[in-house]
Amino acid sequence: MAQLISRLRLWRGLVLLLAGVYFLVPMGASVWFSLDTNHGIDFAAYTGLLSAPGFTDSLVLTLELAAVTVVVLLLLLVPALIAVRLGSPRLRAVLEVVCTLPLVVPPVALTAGLIGVLRWGPDYLMDTPFFQTMVFIQDPKFPLVLVIAYVLMSLPLAYRALDAGLRAVDVRTLVEAARNCGASWPRAVLTVVLPNLRGALLNASFLTLALVLGEFTASSILGYQPFAVWIYTVGNSQGQMSVAVSVLSLLITWVLLLLLSTAGRERRRNTTTH
Amino acid sequence: MTTAPTPVPTPAATEMISGGAGVRTATPVPRKRVRSLRRLGGSWLATVPLLLFFLVGFGLPAVAIVVGAFTASSDAEAGAGEFTTANLTDSVQGAYQTALWSSVKLSALTALLATLIGLPIAQAVVTSRFRALREAVLTASGVLANFGGLPLAFAFVATLGNAGEITEMFDLTDHGWSLYSFTGLTVVYLYFLVPLMVLTVTPALDGLRVQWREAAQNNRATGFQYWRHVALPILFPSLLGGFVLLFGSAFAAYATAAAMVGATVPLISRSIADALSGNVLVGQGNLALALSLDMILVAVLVMAVYLPLQRRSARWLS
Repeated sequence: MAQLISRLRLWRGLVLLLAGVYFLVPMGASVWFSLDTNHGIDFAAYTGLLSAPGFTDSLVLTLELAAVTVVVLLLLLVPALIAVRLGSPRLRAVLEVVCTLPLVVPPVALTAGLIGVLRWGPDYLMDTPFFQTMVFIQDPKFPLVLVIAYVLMSLPLAYRALDAGLRAVDVRTLVEAARNCGASWPRAVLTVVLPNLRGALLNASFLTLALVLGEFTASSILGYQPFAVWIYTVGNSQGQMSVAVSVLSLLITWVLLLLLSTAGRERRRNTTTH
Repeated sequence: MTTAPTPVPTPAATEMISGGAGVRTATPVPRKRVRSLRRLGGSWLATVPLLLFFLVGFGLPAVAIVVGAFTASSDAEAGAGEFTTANLTDSVQGAYQTALWSSVKLSALTALLATLIGLPIAQAVVTSRFRALREAVLTASGVLANFGGLPLAFAFVATLGNAGEITEMFDLTDHGWSLYSFTGLTVVYLYFLVPLMVLTVTPALDGLRVQWREAAQNNRATGFQYWRHVALPILFPSLLGGFVLLFGSAFAAYATAAAMVGATVPLISRSIADALSGNVLVGQGNLALALSLDMILVAVLVMAVYLPLQRRSARWLS
């Protein structure tokens, strides 16, 4: 028995060691690559980022897109999901299909479809008010068409995160209790249901944020220049800087996720002690 | 649409309104109707924005793909805008067939490898006594599973590319190594697929009860027999579900390959992007849409395998 246990431990250690090597080496090598120059260690690739042409513009555009996407997504999804929990189960099935369908359409195919639709603009809609809408959503300063694509792409992820959160909360009882205490509908949802969903809302927002920050397919094919596309153009000329950005983006994702998990844990501790 | 008459009130609504079973059966019937209708109206209203957005944002592109795939493009020599199957026939021939096939091969291979590698890692984490290790591995998996696209490509170029640190350290190029090949792409894809598998399969492994293992041991089953006859059959649907998920992510991936390999490994997602930027023969303007349709069909087929099996796994692992 003791032999078996020590064998098991050895096996487990070996698996984790191999995995650790595979996952840590590229990170270490990237950091080294971004610092290593002919004359020793140099942080130029990191300090040069801020002054690089296009860096701030593309970063601001990406952050704006991310913020709008998260807000639109939550505004569309949260009321629908809560209503479906309270209301008819048939709608729930519809919603599940709606939120799973984008999974079978890869981003490239979605982009192809969007371009197909946008081509209708000049082809058929020249004299109608729709044409102005088409032009408006393609405004290079703030391309709404990207927000549409991003909301669709993050729909399955956000749906799953929110649905898991809602499953842990008895929405119907909460709302009925609040209503019996005289709360209005909006108040019951805003001050009773939503605070209970804090973890799920954070989770959904984080997943969406991560997706938008790294999204390259739709934006590059549609010809806009958010952050990921900017990195791509930089990568062609300055390899070191692009690797530096990769290291930074990994760090940012890491920090975001750690913040999220600590927020979730504190929440859990609060609910258990009270 | 908002007034869809669905006369079946939900159980809770009935309970709430009538205040218990059969107490006042005579009076509240009409009121009940009105209240539940209004209620349903409310739940419809809250879902309408999402459904409308979906119809416009997802429905129109879907229609554009299907219609476009079956019509001759506007730059065709004859019969522009008419029904044709030429786009679809072209999209599964020659270079496009190679691209589609190599995409499917790459996705299936990486998904299979990630499943085989992810399972032992997840098992090592689940059986570990250290809670901190479990938390650390799961958090890291969450980060790495989202670490796709360009940053991943650049990180690997810096590590194993032609001028990468590890390549230079071990002179890998002299040993025939190239990151810009099918094998290289496989190694890169595993970097985000394995963590995704760990995340997917950990809940299923948590659901395996200790009692099952003990029962197997009491019946003198060896470790191998336990895995072969008890654990794997129970895990199989979850593993297959994970495989489908991984296949889907690998199949849809575009940025990593675009930044890394260029044209050395033909992939269907790159072909679509090429075709969209006008890089096709005259008269094949709608080819990108036909290729997209091919891609969606493959994804749907793979999904269709998975959905019935998922129900089976729910029976054991609840």
